[in-house]
Amino acid sequence: MSAARALSLLVGRELRLSFRRPDQLLQPLVFFLIVTTMFPLGLNPEASLLKDMAPGVLWTAALLSSLLSLESMFKGDADDGTLEQLALSGHGLTVIVIGKTAAHWLLSGAALVLASPLVAIALGIPGAAFGTMFASLTLGTLTLSWLGAIGAALTVGLKRGNVLLSLIVLPLAMPLLIFGAGATDRAISGTDAAGALYFLGSLCVFTCTLAPFAASAALRITLE
Amino acid sequence: MNTAADGLGVEGVHVWRGERHVLKAVSLHIRPHEVLHISGKNGSGKTTLLRVVCGLLRPEQGRVTWLGRSISDVRSDYQQALAYASHEPALKGDLTALENLRFMVGLKRRTSAAELSACLQRTGVERCADLPVRVLSAGQRRRVAMARVLGMRAPLWLLDEPFTNLDAGGSETFAALIAEHVSAGGMAVVVAHHELELPTAARRLELPG
Repeated sequence: MSAARALSLLVGRELRLSFRRPDQLLQPLVFFLIVTTMFPLGLNPEASLLKDMAPGVLWTAALLSSLLSLESMFKGDADDGTLEQLALSGHGLTVIVIGKTAAHWLLSGAALVLASPLVAIALGIPGAAFGTMFASLTLGTLTLSWLGAIGAALTVGLKRGNVLLSLIVLPLAMPLLIFGAGATDRAISGTDAAGALYFLGSLCVFTCTLAPFAASAALRITLE
Repeated sequence: MNTAADGLGVEGVHVWRGERHVLKAVSLHIRPHEVLHISGKNGSGKTTLLRVVCGLLRPEQGRVTWLGRSISDVRSDYQQALAYASHEPALKGDLTALENLRFMVGLKRRTSAAELSACLQRTGVERCADLPVRVLSAGQRRRVAMARVLGMRAPLWLLDEPFTNLDAGGSETFAALIAEHVSAGGMAVVVAHHELELPTAARRLELPG
């Protein structure tokens, strides 16, 4: 059986499982919306101040809310023995990691990207900057899902792996925050954001080519 | 001559877990039409041995062979040829029995809903096909897991305590399924701490505690 069919089966199963648990599905999204709308409420709601802070707020909230759903990426499967079955499915753990990460991104990253206009309006980001914001968030959340896959695979055997997972993933996500917020900031002020977007793109390519191997090696150790 | 050229062989396997020497020079072989019953006290390393046989756990010494070749060389072929039922049923509570099967069996080979329903029927849980697994009893989950093994149509069955939580009828059904599988040319390694009552002869490997 081809790896492509295995991938479509895997992603299909993850989506189906998530839609059976709408609370878990909506949690990161609601967190993202609440955190970002708290800033205009808590700060001086002056448009100029909000506009200055908007990229940082948007990106910090996006990173933290993606992190919320990371721990469960392999945990459930490891606890109920499904991970062993997946490891013995004849496809190799790399394919399994790619499928699970793709599903994670669709359910967390892609959902954030779609919800970001709501937040952008609340923070006073002008419509002209939406294109750059979409592009930077897409690349950033995708990279974060790949980095997160490594962290989740490393901590899957631990009882309270969540804190360690944040400690592993967040420092690695710093470049995403800097260049993601940078790109959005430039777009808001009307200057060219291409440089920052290229950098995010290269980070995304870098992680998605190497992370599947790193994460599958970590899972293999966990299974032993 | 290699005794396991047409089946599964384990040669001089040693496994340490931390300071504990769990498996000491364990060797076994199994060929078509055979059942191997691995028994031993709690903690004697039965499950560890089965995980070594699966390839989930790499032994410190010794090797596992499939059709005469080391399983690390033929990993993909070997995994296609085996059906492993771990101690946990490995089913997703939020999916129905049929969905669980469609996914896990689907990863091994193309299959149809009718065929999977037939597998559920053979293990006696066809009525549970469209129920989420979380509402099933432990014994029913065990039967769904066995239906998954049937659905994979693999020549080598590796079953870890398959009779746990089963009623008398269930144990008989499973024993008959195992017997039918080996009489059709299959192989089965069954880990069980108790006596096996199979309609077919089983070789026994007792692990020293």
